[in-house]
Amino acid sequence: MSKEKVQFKSNVVIRFAGDSGDGIQLTGTQFTTSTALAGNDLATYPDYPAEIRAPAGTIAGVSGFQLHFGSDEIHTSGDLCDVLVVMNAAALKANLEHLKKGGIIIANEDGFDEKNLRLARYVDGINPLEDGSLEEYQVHTVPVTKLTRECLKETGLGVREMDRSKNMFVLGLLYYMYNRSMDPTINFLQSKFSRKPEVADANIKALKAGFAFADTTEIQHGRFEVKAAPMRKGTYRSIMGNQATAFGLIAAGERAGLPIYYATYPITPASDVLHELSRHKNFSVVTVQSEDEIAAVCSAIGASYGGSLGVTASAGPGISLKTEGISLATIYEIPLVVCDIQRAGPSTGLPTKMEQADLMQAIYGRPGEAPLAVVAANSPADCFESVFEACRLALEFMTPVFFLSDGYLANGAEPWRFPSARDLREIKVGFATAKDCDNGVFLPYKRDERLVRKWALPGTAGLEHRIGGLEKEDLTGNISYDPENHEKMVKIRQRKIDNIADHIPEQALDSGPEEGELLIVGWGSTYGTIKAALRQLRDEGVDVAHAHLRYLNPFPRNLGQLLQNHRRVLVPEINNGQLVRLLRDKYLVPAIPYNKIKGQPFAVAEIKNKVWEVLNSLEN
Amino acid sequence: MPSTQTQEQTSNFTSKDLVSDQDIRWCPGCGDYSILKQVQKVLPELGLLKENIVFVSGIGCSSRFPYYMNTYGMHSIHGRASAIASGLKVSRPELSVWVVTGDGDSLSIGGNHTIHTLRKNPDLNILLFNNEIYGLTKGQFSPTSPEGKVTKSSPMGSVEHPFNPLALALGADATFVARSMDRDPKHLQAMIRRSAEHRGTSLLEIYQNCNVFNDGAFQAFTDRATKNDHALFLEHGRPLLFGPANKKGIRLRDGCHPTIVHLEEDGVSESDLWIHDEHDSLKAGLLARLSENENNGRGEFPKAFGVFYSTQRSSLEDAVLEQIESARDKLGAGDLDALIRGDHVWEIK
Ligand SMILES: Cc1ncc(C[n+]2csc(CCOP(=O)(O)OP(=O)(O)O)c2C)c(N)n1
Ligand code: SF4
Ligand SMILES: [Mg+2]
Repeated sequence: MSKEKVQFKSNVVIRFAGDSGDGIQLTGTQFTTSTALAGNDLATYPDYPAEIRAPAGTIAGVSGFQLHFGSDEIHTSGDLCDVLVVMNAAALKANLEHLKKGGIIIANEDGFDEKNLRLARYVDGINPLEDGSLEEYQVHTVPVTKLTRECLKETGLGVREMDRSKNMFVLGLLYYMYNRSMDPTINFLQSKFSRKPEVADANIKALKAGFAFADTTEIQHGRFEVKAAPMRKGTYRSIMGNQATAFGLIAAGERAGLPIYYATYPITPASDVLHELSRHKNFSVVTVQSEDEIAAVCSAIGASYGGSLGVTASAGPGISLKTEGISLATIYEIPLVVCDIQRAGPSTGLPTKMEQADLMQAIYGRPGEAPLAVVAANSPADCFESVFEACRLALEFMTPVFFLSDGYLANGAEPWRFPSARDLREIKVGFATAKDCDNGVFLPYKRDERLVRKWALPGTAGLEHRIGGLEKEDLTGNISYDPENHEKMVKIRQRKIDNIADHIPEQALDSGPEEGELLIVGWGSTYGTIKAALRQLRDEGVDVAHAHLRYLNPFPRNLGQLLQNHRRVLVPEINNGQLVRLLRDKYLVPAIPYNKIKGQPFAVAEIKNKVWEVLNSLEN
Repeated sequence: MPSTQTQEQTSNFTSKDLVSDQDIRWCPGCGDYSILKQVQKVLPELGLLKENIVFVSGIGCSSRFPYYMNTYGMHSIHGRASAIASGLKVSRPELSVWVVTGDGDSLSIGGNHTIHTLRKNPDLNILLFNNEIYGLTKGQFSPTSPEGKVTKSSPMGSVEHPFNPLALALGADATFVARSMDRDPKHLQAMIRRSAEHRGTSLLEIYQNCNVFNDGAFQAFTDRATKNDHALFLEHGRPLLFGPANKKGIRLRDGCHPTIVHLEEDGVSESDLWIHDEHDSLKAGLLARLSENENNGRGEFPKAFGVFYSTQRSSLEDAVLEQIESARDKLGAGDLDALIRGDHVWEIK
């Protein structure tokens, strides 16, 4: 390839795809790290196979990783990709629909042998790399397997071990194409395999061989340059949603001066929060892998009763098992954070795919009148602030709080201009002392002006008291079957949650006019897509307003006014219409639902089209 | 904070101080009263501070217990008391945490938590009130009701085989397993004391008469006329004796087959008998099923009461704390800024 021929690009979407054993996720995250270090803005989206043990070479076993990076602001992992890297025939078949017309395909030709073609169900073993069906794309075939074995033949490794380095060969090739430094990956390999230097060496060799191959071969598509993005001044790192969630919990514990007690039962896509937290026990963090979801929420409640911040996490199916425990925490009025990393349901649903369908479950899914607060993150990095906020509300209002994330945020990554610890808000926690007794009697359900009761810890002499799930008498907390008292307590618990609205920020517009034709109201992981769509629309001369809600219960005080200020309200959600119902119910506005329920995020183009459709209908 | 119940110090309360201001709502004559009384009797003798005691219960008649104790307490949800108590104990190892649960609460809806708690071994004292019936919901059979038991929900007799709670506990690798009964205050007090002293989860099954829905279920063990023949009281290092004047004993044929012998008639002496060893897990298993043995022409096998098994294993909270300490030793106290920053950062100027 001629080295002069460098093309400048403002943004590029690359999709890596291969067998789940091909190390696709690792390749993707390594490319992400190097790209972040090169100063690009970016967003990623791993697309895991539904079945981890699906036979090698089949479509069910294909794992994907999409990365969108650029010299401008990036808000989504990209609708279609510019470059598709496929390690075998199944990967091509499963992903071709994600490639732009005229896009680049880099294919491992060794993954298109007879067996792979059969497993991928190419009829009669016809090889798509050879039959002309890919004419409208730029196809580059590279015998990755062969070349990797070739470069490692002196290492003494077996064929299987050599083949494990195929992904590094491809990564090296792409590093050359996009002018990336190999150093971060070399460092990573050296530390990851510090106990197996022969494995580290083989991978580094393959990486360098791929880089050199691209440099010396005749690949005609040239080399690309994506300049660093003009981002806000500051220090950045790359962060994934579940990692940010774990850090946010630790940070909340530190700012509140309390230990975090995190109990959970493994489930996709929540488990990585547990994995991350369990590596940081030097902070005051206890992680517990419970026998089931119910034990997890219950032991977290026990820990909160003892003065820790109890946290539990799951995805939809596990959250439903925790329901009775969460309702107990609402009547106990005790701090509890429930992280719901949503996935596509119902039941086991599409476990590795994203969806926003647990909003109603979070707000209403409990026996009896059991209100609690709900906050949702809108990007991988925002998981940090949102879960921190969930912890603050739980502790300051003595209540369970739901933190909603989803599979797209959990596994997605973006650059993060991280805060310093001292800039984080302090979380005020006060425990009851003997001074809180009235004439020597402690009243566990006496409240302050916000209707919040005191947290009285066992071990405090003079405050011995009982709490329970039976309706309690106002003030004393004693069992009460009095009908008047029950209604009073239900209303008090509701008002306490409603009062939170006085202690959260008013809803700001993310963009667009304060008053106008159309307001888009979103929540959760649709943020980046809506933002990117509206930016493109602005360039096309249409200015539409966008509000993205972090606080879903209670809503910010001014939300009703915001809705009234626009002629139409559009609510895009990855579900069958949940926030839209809440808005219609509470504010009596004819909000328009826009729903996609395919286990995938919205595409920017879909949002744009919908906006045009609504705007056109207004004109008629 | 070491995971110890401060045995050395003197208590700051008496039995009377443990009586709460709540009216007790159990049926008159219910066995629960006696258990409450014995707990209130023993606690002041354990060298605990009152403010460090927490009673956690599930749902059921028995689970009303915490309301009647003037200590810290949590009445929770059906079956989950041991899970809640585990979280509390791990977060506050210095507390003395007690679980009060029924046979339905701990062995039916909460069965999973029970076995896993025993396996994990947090330092909890579980008092399992076994009345072989669902009391609170007015008389359905429970997982400990015998086959054929006629109840409201089994008018033709229960078709289910019951759990043997102590065999189950041993199967779950419990570190302390004991049995007592409501009608024997002295024995019950001794067993409560032993449970409290054990480091790790102690499971004390207490036969409790529900005089409304299952009256007399344990009569054979509690009535003076039949008690001697049906109840065998275990003592560590002592032979297994029962019957009037302790003239009957249990001998282990081939080391593992219990047989009933008569001390005077069979020419055997006490030293030929099975000598109870609390630390022998295999024999504890035989003891838990003693009364299930076939009558060998010598009458029915008795049920054992006392400490079946006791062993030492690291408690859950100790193990958790140890890991935290070792993480601190290795990594130093957590530095939030360093954590958030990570290893790869870049600067935009
Ligand atoms: C989730 C749930 N399911 C069912 C019940 C109804 N219920 C309450 S107590 C109980 C059984 C109690 O039996 P046991 O544990 O033996 O206690 P006892 O009343 O005999 O002391 C049942 C079925 C409940 N409270 N919660
Ligand atoms: S129903 Fe039975 S167990 Fe419940 S209080 Fe009455 S006698 Fe006791
Ligand atoms: Mg019962």
